[in-house]
Amino acid sequence: MSEVLNALFLALLVILAGAAVRVRDLVGAVLILSAYGLTMSLVWAGMGAVDVAFTEAVVGAGASTVFFLATLLRTLPREQPRERRARPATLVGVLLLGGLLLLAIHEFPAWSDPSSPASLHVSPRYLRDGYRETGAPNIVTAVLADYRAYDTLIETVVIFTAGVACWLLLPRREP
Amino acid sequence: MTEFLAYAVERYTYWAYVALMLIGFYAMIAHGNLLKKLIGMNIFQTAIILFFLSISAKRGATLPIIPPEAAELVVAPPHFMNPLPHALMLTAIVVMVGTLGVALAVLIKIHRTYRTFEEDVILRQM
Amino acid sequence: MIREHDSVIVTTLVRMLVPPIQLFALYVVAHGHGSPGGGFQGGVILAAAYILIGLALGREELERRVREGRLLILGAVGVLIFALTGVLGLVLGGNLLDYGVLSIVGVRGSAARALGIFVIEIGVALGVAGALTLIFCRLAKTGEEAL
Repeated sequence: MSEVLNALFLALLVILAGAAVRVRDLVGAVLILSAYGLTMSLVWAGMGAVDVAFTEAVVGAGASTVFFLATLLRTLPREQPRERRARPATLVGVLLLGGLLLLAIHEFPAWSDPSSPASLHVSPRYLRDGYRETGAPNIVTAVLADYRAYDTLIETVVIFTAGVACWLLLPRREP
Repeated sequence: MTEFLAYAVERYTYWAYVALMLIGFYAMIAHGNLLKKLIGMNIFQTAIILFFLSISAKRGATLPIIPPEAAELVVAPPHFMNPLPHALMLTAIVVMVGTLGVALAVLIKIHRTYRTFEEDVILRQM
Repeated sequence: MIREHDSVIVTTLVRMLVPPIQLFALYVVAHGHGSPGGGFQGGVILAAAYILIGLALGREELERRVREGRLLILGAVGVLIFALTGVLGLVLGGNLLDYGVLSIVGVRGSAARALGIFVIEIGVALGVAGALTLIFCRLAKTGEEAL
């Protein structure tokens, strides 16, 4: 994806995130969050992370919006969120955190640099020997399901635990 | 001025990621409405995943899928993107939606008891 | 309470679209090792198909098609498939989650690892689909609950 398109999408993301936070009506904020999720998945697809973009398009733009709206539908006698005067210490703290992050960015390698340290250490081995050792042309699946299978096993247990937790928290018939 | 412009072209993506993280973080700590805090949490999580995936980008590289006809040749790593952050972030996204589901279930229970989403009203009633 | 949608266009279209969506989800899981796809992607698409039924045709129609207890069992079966494949590697003499020793079906070397990857992708897809649909069923109110 060309650099100009990438920059435009990033600007759109910042605008959508700011709007989702500022809008007072909760249903409107949730719908803007859904648009943000879809734009985020487009940015990832443009960056080349198609597996991740696939999942985010379904989960971020679809399932999480439905979960939010289902919650809003069943908590109906509800007051409008009121505008709380933010303490100045909060804003100063957040800006201080931003300053620290910008200082740290000064030390990073340039974006999409092929000789950055992340591209030089473990991943060349996965790319070079991945298809020969595991028989899977998709190296992301080979890494996820074979080289790093422990993480995937524990993550499947985590998502199943989340389902069980929802099942226990909200029983069918409340007294 | 031109060297600042060259510096900005190299790193403007990181500034966008920091802006997104700060927007999400500010929504989590400054808003009193519990659902707004969850929206901020979602923005923060996706911004972190975006930052992580930007590490895997390489100029002029293609997807990390080896075409079967080229499998007999030697694979040159600079021509393919880094597959490791993609695999790590896949699990992070699914954990994100699981966390959101449990947080919304807890929110429903809170609303059933206190009839509001505002944090200061709940703290006064507790 | 999520009721059936008023417009007949929406309900007819959803009834026509849901079987291809489920088929596409299985296609994505099966082609995970050759093209972009895999267990997580197919699992969330399968969950999205069931959520679509619940949104457009009403919560009761979803309840009639999938009972919630079965969703829990589906998720548990997915996790068990994954865990048992790993333990099978341990039993046959290798490490946990070592697919190289899975040569019982008659495949050797990298084909055995590809078989192991395929089996656990199915387990991941079932686990993720069951868990996400269960979360939706619990969050969306059914008719019998008090407000």
